[in-house]
Amino acid sequence: MYGWFEENGLLLGLALLDGLAYAALVFMVAVGLNLVFGVLRVLNVAHGSLYAIGAYAAASLGLFAASSGLPAWASLPVLLVAAALVGGILGPLIERLLLRRIYAQEPVLQLLVTFALFMILEDAQKLIWGTQPVQNDAAMRLLGNFDVPFGADFIPFTAYQLFVLPGVAVATLVGLAWFLRRTLTGRVIVAVTTDREAATAMGIDASRIYLLTFTFGAILAALGGALSSPTASLVPGLGAQTIVLSFAVVATAGLGQIEGAALTALMIGLSRSIAVYFLPEAEVLTPYLIMVAVLLVRPQGLFGVAETRRV
Amino acid sequence: MRRTETLLAIGGAALLVLLAILAPWLRFVLTIALAKGVAVLGILLLLRAGQVSFGHALYLSFGAYTVAFLAPAMPEALILMPVAMLLSGLLGLVIGLFVSRYRDIFFSMLNLAISMVFYSLLEKLYHYTKGTDGIRVGVPRFLGMALERDQFEWAMFGTALVLALAIGCFVRLYLASPMGQALSAIKTRETRLEFMGLPARAVLLSAYVLSALMGGLAGSIIAMTTRHVTPLLGYWTVSGELVFIAILGGAGAALGPFLGAVTFELVRVYAAASFADAWQAILGLVLLGVILFFSRGLWGMVESLWRRRA
Repeated sequence: MYGWFEENGLLLGLALLDGLAYAALVFMVAVGLNLVFGVLRVLNVAHGSLYAIGAYAAASLGLFAASSGLPAWASLPVLLVAAALVGGILGPLIERLLLRRIYAQEPVLQLLVTFALFMILEDAQKLIWGTQPVQNDAAMRLLGNFDVPFGADFIPFTAYQLFVLPGVAVATLVGLAWFLRRTLTGRVIVAVTTDREAATAMGIDASRIYLLTFTFGAILAALGGALSSPTASLVPGLGAQTIVLSFAVVATAGLGQIEGAALTALMIGLSRSIAVYFLPEAEVLTPYLIMVAVLLVRPQGLFGVAETRRV
Repeated sequence: MRRTETLLAIGGAALLVLLAILAPWLRFVLTIALAKGVAVLGILLLLRAGQVSFGHALYLSFGAYTVAFLAPAMPEALILMPVAMLLSGLLGLVIGLFVSRYRDIFFSMLNLAISMVFYSLLEKLYHYTKGTDGIRVGVPRFLGMALERDQFEWAMFGTALVLALAIGCFVRLYLASPMGQALSAIKTRETRLEFMGLPARAVLLSAYVLSALMGGLAGSIIAMTTRHVTPLLGYWTVSGELVFIAILGGAGAALGPFLGAVTFELVRVYAAASFADAWQAILGLVLLGVILFFSRGLWGMVESLWRRRA
């Protein structure tokens, strides 16, 4: 065992750092999906497309900002601006024009409306950004590398992935927990999640809360995408990959738990990146295997609360 | 309506044969559509119980790869099809024992997860599956006869049509039987079903195994028609397409899936030919239109037209 660690210790360290950065991104998408499902009771298949569009928009906006002479440090706030624009425009549009018409319909039809939206948004990306890879890693180059002390050695790792990604994720987690528990609007959202009818009877305008929550979830997805854009080159199919992964996180964590979603994202992110380094064939498998294993033991998810059955 | 449905089924089958004779290139598209229709009949059974599987591409690709693996050893279409169907049913039984404990989003997501596990195995185990390159399937014999390519395509079209009619009849009988009635009770009030002494899990499990059998059969027809199988057939978007077709055609009757599948494949072919980069978006718009304006699907439209005339 000691010999193995001597040999592979650095690799393991790198896998853990990579996993942390990856988990931060997964958390951003999954928590938005979770929030939207909690309030609207619609599982949004197009959530992954918002992530992909956020990523593409951030890359394009960054290139535009650089070409119009903005200083190099601007490449970081540009990511936030792109996410806010994508989520703030597409979110309300989708909720008002589409979802609003189907709240009374069967869950199957709601699921399919978002699937149709997914198909439309996937092609929209191809029409706008083409099928060639798009890359803009200005934000990552800006911050340079950081040597992480690891035993007697150092692991050089990009400061962007080390500080910015986990930093934003932790800020989102803390901010969201504070918002939902301490502010009036947040408490209203929790009330609608717990019991829509009772909340409406207390005079809560559910339709406003739906719009607010969906827009918020869309911004979180777009932010996840925008933050990921400096670390990877963007290709079509990103949305389809992201959504199945965040489904796995949400189902494993159980519904309605933000801290649970964070822990699950961490677990899935770390195990995936360990698989990338030590067992590459299993890379894509790990999230689903974890999900199946968890649901086998706890059908309501790790942190979910079992619902009582209707008679 | 029962007699009308039978008449419409016979009329529809005749129309498909006519189309296949008049436009030979359509024969391929129609065979695929009929096969997908068979798979969608399985989705329809689960929809009766209010459950959406977002992972039935698993059985489609499992059936297709079974054919691809076994075709060199036993090149006989009429043996390959039932073998693929039975193996797929066995897989459905194993997975069904697990997923039939879950409902709603957990049912959907578990099916999705398991199908994605199979998809990535297909993609990663390059040594056996040739990864994303896929496996070529040779032309197998049909009833022991070595057919020309053209004749074989006709044979597959005919087989798909006969199977579609037979399985359509079966599903109609099944849904009208006590088993089928119990299935829709899972959707309305599952607990009451159990109060009556009927095990809800077993009812759902039997429908699940049937849907796996149909998925495997459909996959085997697709493999022998396209004669090239790739992991893409098992990707989650294909599962989504199957549910799409079920809703497009209308989940109310056994004819719906075929109406949906033929429309879906034709729109896909024409949209892909005229707008190469936007065919998916066009299908998406069609789906939105159907859900927002005719939530009972194309079959629902046919039905209400019929009612108005009568």
